[in-house]
Amino acid sequence: MPAPLRLQGIPASVGYAEGPLFDLDRPPVAYAGKASSAEELKSLKAAIGKAVSRLVAMVETADSDAAGILEFHIAMLEDDALSGPAFASIASGHSADAAWRQALDAEIAGYEASDQDYFRARATDLLDIRDQVLRALTDDGEHAVPAGAILYGEDIAPTRFLQIDWSAGGGIALKAGSTASHVAMLARSRGVPMVVGLGALPAGLAGPALLDAEHGSIVVDPSPMEIASFRESLSAFAARQGDARSFLTRPALTKAGTAVRVQVNIAYPTDVDGIDIATCDGVGLMRTEFLFGKTLPDEETQYRAYRKVLEWAGEKPVTIRTVDAGGDKPVPGFTIQEGNPFLGLRGIRLSLARLDIFRVQIRALLRAAPHGNLKVMFPMIATAEEYERSAALFAEEQAALAARGIMQKMPPLGIMVEVPSVAIAPEAFAGVAFFSIGSNDLTQYVMAAARDNAGVAHLNSVRHPAVLRLIGSVAAFGRENGIPVSLCGDAGGDPASIPVLIEAGLRDLSVAPAQLATAKAAISDVAV
Amino acid sequence: MSANAEATILITHAVGLHARPSVKFTKLAKSFAADVEIALAANGPWFDAKSIVKVMAAKAPKGTVLHIRASGGDARDAVEALVDLVRRDFDEGADHARSA
Repeated sequence: MPAPLRLQGIPASVGYAEGPLFDLDRPPVAYAGKASSAEELKSLKAAIGKAVSRLVAMVETADSDAAGILEFHIAMLEDDALSGPAFASIASGHSADAAWRQALDAEIAGYEASDQDYFRARATDLLDIRDQVLRALTDDGEHAVPAGAILYGEDIAPTRFLQIDWSAGGGIALKAGSTASHVAMLARSRGVPMVVGLGALPAGLAGPALLDAEHGSIVVDPSPMEIASFRESLSAFAARQGDARSFLTRPALTKAGTAVRVQVNIAYPTDVDGIDIATCDGVGLMRTEFLFGKTLPDEETQYRAYRKVLEWAGEKPVTIRTVDAGGDKPVPGFTIQEGNPFLGLRGIRLSLARLDIFRVQIRALLRAAPHGNLKVMFPMIATAEEYERSAALFAEEQAALAARGIMQKMPPLGIMVEVPSVAIAPEAFAGVAFFSIGSNDLTQYVMAAARDNAGVAHLNSVRHPAVLRLIGSVAAFGRENGIPVSLCGDAGGDPASIPVLIEAGLRDLSVAPAQLATAKAAISDVAV
Repeated sequence: MSANAEATILITHAVGLHARPSVKFTKLAKSFAADVEIALAANGPWFDAKSIVKVMAAKAPKGTVLHIRASGGDARDAVEALVDLVRRDFDEGADHARSA
């Protein structure tokens, strides 16, 4: 029996799966050429038809997000403008698969060359469309995936995901992939366990595997002991999920009856589409880095994104963080290359160095503010002067908007507490509207352990007494001075850290939407 | 094409005339007998409004003024209906920022 192989990635959709590995990237069955151009043409038309009818069947059970993607694929496949060049190429002597691949690759190249993000992203859809027909040509369809299998490979297309019958279990393990992809979104909404970023899996991997998408690991060829412990984790997880669901719709209370506010962290405006506002106390952190992709966003794009979330939340607060680029989040045309980016020009430092970009975001926020209960916070504040300069910019832009007769409102302005200087001497910030503790960065700076370095991961614990003491003193300072204090780092959603955070004096946590139920359940076990 | 009907309309949809809006736009165009074309400028190039491949290739982002022209029996109705669809933001309302 081969030795077990264990790999660590990032959880994209929580859950557990045990089953045989299935290689998503194995070379497709070779296409068998036909005797004449007429037969090649017939075989390509049949394959397109087969791909369309598979898509049509999928639409029937798809939710509106998935149906939108599928209908786009169907419309493309039914358009002669897409297949025309392939048909012409068959007439000049090419085989059906070569003709189709060539025609679609030309189309894909056009999308990839676009200067618009949205359009460039559609190249993935075209690739997906290409491969659906190529699979239909060799009749290598969905039948090949055994029930309950763990699919592994570079990445997986949304239609491939939708073709699979997940009722028998199974999961996804990707070498690359992203927690923000369409597929990750689908996996979360269907409850299919998924791990991304596993890195280089050896080629030709096969055999039984255990996927732990709660912690982000996969074990191939597990030992009997590993199987037993996996099944224990699985049943504990299932029990926790069952218990937790009953907490979701209720306000969070500790055993002693202390109320704890539980808000959500979001990264994209679309994240709120899957959340019932009644299950949370608002948005404790809305990141804005998503807007800063390959191009810098204009004021209108930002305004619409902020307004969408504010309107969704209604009267509940939405705390938007001004752009926190730099560190491990580079943005072309904005951040700079530096030797030690976590200690460099990131967060508010970068915004204050690039006022042209910062002012656009400030105007969008001021204009969005009348549409809900907005609060704005600045990341990476180290000195009171940075806060004062940022607040002054808000006042300047507000006056300019007012002079032009544009509707706007000044939101309460707060700061992230993540640089140790603020946590150690919070009295310099007695004038801010609120504090939000960024426990991930605070921990990495207090422990001098980069959060993206697996070699020092054991040092990166929010439960280290030094980190907890700082959190406790910030909470106490806030209480004494009437400044609300919340925490929006990963620790807020971690059942193992929740008790110590509440003991440290925090009464306001902001967690990933998927952790709402388990966080509330964990709070109910706290004695304080 | 000698057009019997022409109009211009500003695209306000968050990501422009792309995947989901294009599906609706071409479906509606195909429901008319008239030949319908779109362009991003008055002097073209013009794209077949009944082909989603061509409509997507026009790469019309938000804020584009879309030119629509049609010729044939129901040209006027076709242009009117398509302008109305764009004006209604492709019926995506508050959902328009969803991943299309």
